[in-house]
Amino acid sequence: MTATANLGARLSEAAGTEHVITAGEELASYAIDGIVPGAIVRPASAEVAAKTVRLAAAEKLGLLALGSRSKCEIGMTPSRYDIALDMTGLREIAHYDASDMTLSVDAGMPLRELEIFLKRHGQFLPLAVPCFESTTAGGVIASGIDSSLRMQYGGARDFLIGAEFVDGTGQLCKSGGRVVKNVTGYDLHKLLIGSLGTLGVITRVNFRTFPLAAMSGGHVAAFANCESALAYRKSVEKAALPLGNLEVLSPEVVRMIRAILQRNEAKMPESLERKEWLVYCSYEGNHAVVRRISQDLERMAGEASASHNELLETAADESLGGMLREAYEWMRWAAPATMICRLVLPEVTTGILKELSRLVEGNVVRSALLVRAVGILYFAAFAEEESEPVMAALTNIAADAKSLAASNNGDATLLHAPTELKARLAASRSESGFAFQQRIKLAFDPSSVFAPGRIVGGL
Amino acid sequence: MKTLLGAANVLHHAEDLLLYEFDGSVEKGRPDLVVFPHSTEEVSRIVKLAMHYEVPVVGRGAGTGLSGGALARGGGVMIVFARMNRILELDTVNCRAVVQPGVVNLDLTRAVEHADLYFAPDPSSAKSCTIGGNVAENAGGPHTLAYGVTTNHVAALELVLPDGEIVRVGSRHGDTRGYDLCGLFVGSEGTLALVTEITVKLSRKAEAVKTLLAIFETIDEASQAVVEITARGITPAACEMLDGWTLRVVEDYIHAGFPRDSGAVLLIEVEGLREAIEGQAAAVEDVCRVCHAREVRLAKDEHERDLLWKGRKSAFGALGRVAPSNYVLDGVIPRSKLPQALQRIRGIGEQFGFSVGNIFHAGDGNLHPIVLYDPRNKEQCAKAIAASHEIIRACVELGGALTGEHGVGMEKNELMTLLFSEADFALMRRVHDAMNPESSLNPGKIFPLSKGCGEIRIKRKAVDVRV
Repeated sequence: MTATANLGARLSEAAGTEHVITAGEELASYAIDGIVPGAIVRPASAEVAAKTVRLAAAEKLGLLALGSRSKCEIGMTPSRYDIALDMTGLREIAHYDASDMTLSVDAGMPLRELEIFLKRHGQFLPLAVPCFESTTAGGVIASGIDSSLRMQYGGARDFLIGAEFVDGTGQLCKSGGRVVKNVTGYDLHKLLIGSLGTLGVITRVNFRTFPLAAMSGGHVAAFANCESALAYRKSVEKAALPLGNLEVLSPEVVRMIRAILQRNEAKMPESLERKEWLVYCSYEGNHAVVRRISQDLERMAGEASASHNELLETAADESLGGMLREAYEWMRWAAPATMICRLVLPEVTTGILKELSRLVEGNVVRSALLVRAVGILYFAAFAEEESEPVMAALTNIAADAKSLAASNNGDATLLHAPTELKARLAASRSESGFAFQQRIKLAFDPSSVFAPGRIVGGL
Repeated sequence: MKTLLGAANVLHHAEDLLLYEFDGSVEKGRPDLVVFPHSTEEVSRIVKLAMHYEVPVVGRGAGTGLSGGALARGGGVMIVFARMNRILELDTVNCRAVVQPGVVNLDLTRAVEHADLYFAPDPSSAKSCTIGGNVAENAGGPHTLAYGVTTNHVAALELVLPDGEIVRVGSRHGDTRGYDLCGLFVGSEGTLALVTEITVKLSRKAEAVKTLLAIFETIDEASQAVVEITARGITPAACEMLDGWTLRVVEDYIHAGFPRDSGAVLLIEVEGLREAIEGQAAAVEDVCRVCHAREVRLAKDEHERDLLWKGRKSAFGALGRVAPSNYVLDGVIPRSKLPQALQRIRGIGEQFGFSVGNIFHAGDGNLHPIVLYDPRNKEQCAKAIAASHEIIRACVELGGALTGEHGVGMEKNELMTLLFSEADFALMRRVHDAMNPESSLNPGKIFPLSKGCGEIRIKRKAVDVRV
């Protein structure tokens, strides 16, 4: 946008001509919410990334670091976005100590590649996140997107043990380390999780890794209504079984998953043929553990009057587990205008699910509900066009979902929405706690180089 | 302050203040005034009053900290949270508790164990340390190997900022909107804000537990076993090591059943589903035997298990019987480097002429070398501190860090330059100043005072705060 020929030359000087693009069609593929950056820089090192940040700060330009760009639509529209810093060129494994189970990788390392590497050592990183095929280690941290294995392994904050990043003054900084237990200095790396690129350019991330289990299992129970499905979910939670996934699928989510798997001619659980609420559990361990959990789930589902009880074959389990990992991705493309609200609730109740379904009644939209582990709930609304009445309806639905979450001691954020809807919501919301969060933003990024406005409240 | 809190909640006589001059560390720092608030509002008013007189403020729980975090390095007002010790809410269905900072760690577990729940962080001082202190230091404990440290179990905080403003961060469900401020404040050692209320996540008790004692002839064999356990992907709930010298001192005191003639023991606990721990216990035993364990014992019952843990948890008390004082260090290394680290520690002990015991969280590479010394002997004091610095340097050289769970405080702030660059300090400093711009909260901690990386001032107005 504001990138001048002079800027192009200066960026080239900082990053090397072959790493800078200031014209052509490629710029459009880096657009966020319709904003096309004036330049793309592909740094070959963390130092070049730092130099580019210093230049952007001096020129008062907006800069955003990007990985595979699969989730960069999460967050609000940036108020300034001149330089796209494409980090995919930084993809080395900087350090791996298999016997310590610690790993340090460059931000641009794709998770799929990392998975293959770690598998050779019998280990893995429990980040089952959408767009898994393309997403990068840095991108998954910046986006803060949910891992569907969160119930057993926690989120990234529970196993990200350190990070290196460029702050808003263009300095390379670090926090944490490469050891699994560490209280040396402030845990600044935790702030990067879900910061959407507004605090720094992540150049390297350190994780603790986990052992791959000997075998896995999957179980689906079907229920005639959401009351029974949630009652069963509660009894499963209370049983404290070590589950990977614990997800409740509304009949609409079931229908959507079935349609996609059928289209791809993938092996699928029989339960998907039912127009009911489904509860899916995945788990792993040795043979005895998997058998024990399977038996417990079958028994508990029976006690909760499940209409159908299914132990999954490996292929069907992988299909369903994969679809749930990718829920954000297929939901957002499911209709011309899609809004996904992510609610987090201390307790997911039937009342809340019914209230959410009621929000779309009489509107020009349909909805889907996916209750994930640890109180996370995806509430998606789909419309066939981005017309004025649809936008007005979605705006109200989003506001109502937020109030509903708040009145249940929870919270709601927008995971995906049409650009127009983001603008309406940004204008209508006043965020409490914004001034306090702003202090952190200014400490990291005193001159607001990093894509301001991405977090609701203008951060 | 007396007008604000009542005379019973303010201490100012020199003999009363003496008690608050120390914590569990080797450091000292005397406050000018000690106050005991009962509510968040009182804390806020105390802070405002102290700011008015430009007097520093430091928070303190039970004073069991091991890095001088709760000492008044710059004098001033010490806020002791001992009387803010109420459990405000228990939600056993959704595994949450809301507590005041002065609640004792173990009291929370006792309050929820009827529902088969517990609070996972379990520092050795769990009987007396407070949850507010755990939050400030991001405390660990033996069972954090499998379950994580304090930060993994805190969902939300209420804070009082240095200007007296009361803010809340995090949320009851534990997920944050915007930046993870809870993650920043936990472990910030009271240098950013005072914690006045904590929402914690409670954990469900495992259905089965097995406790093993693996006995080795040498500490090298025991540490090799720890490396192997980690490398094979076995994650016990706890994996503690006691070296031969330490276990003999403990055994003489507690009679826990540690064999006095062994070189080292590993106390290993596996927890989980019955079907899982059978295999895990067998795998642990197998590894220990491969690493030449002389014997692997399984605790037969709850009584035997409790006795072994009593031996572990009472170790520091036992050490008090053999030397006037002991200095418990805290370093962390990659688990794969454990044998080298222990060799280095032994060498450093010999170099400085100290007996160095080792009793520590081997499973997560969190070392606790113990230097025995006489605090009345100035030369020994200085040598003990010099030896500790050498040991921490060795940890860093092996790829580790300065502290795994005790915190930096005023014990290791000068050593921070071993790990962090000018740019790292500059950013940490800006984050510090964003919350605590005048360094009026807990000054002189975490940041090095000596190096040119932005000195945290310990300033105070020339007022007499004595009443």
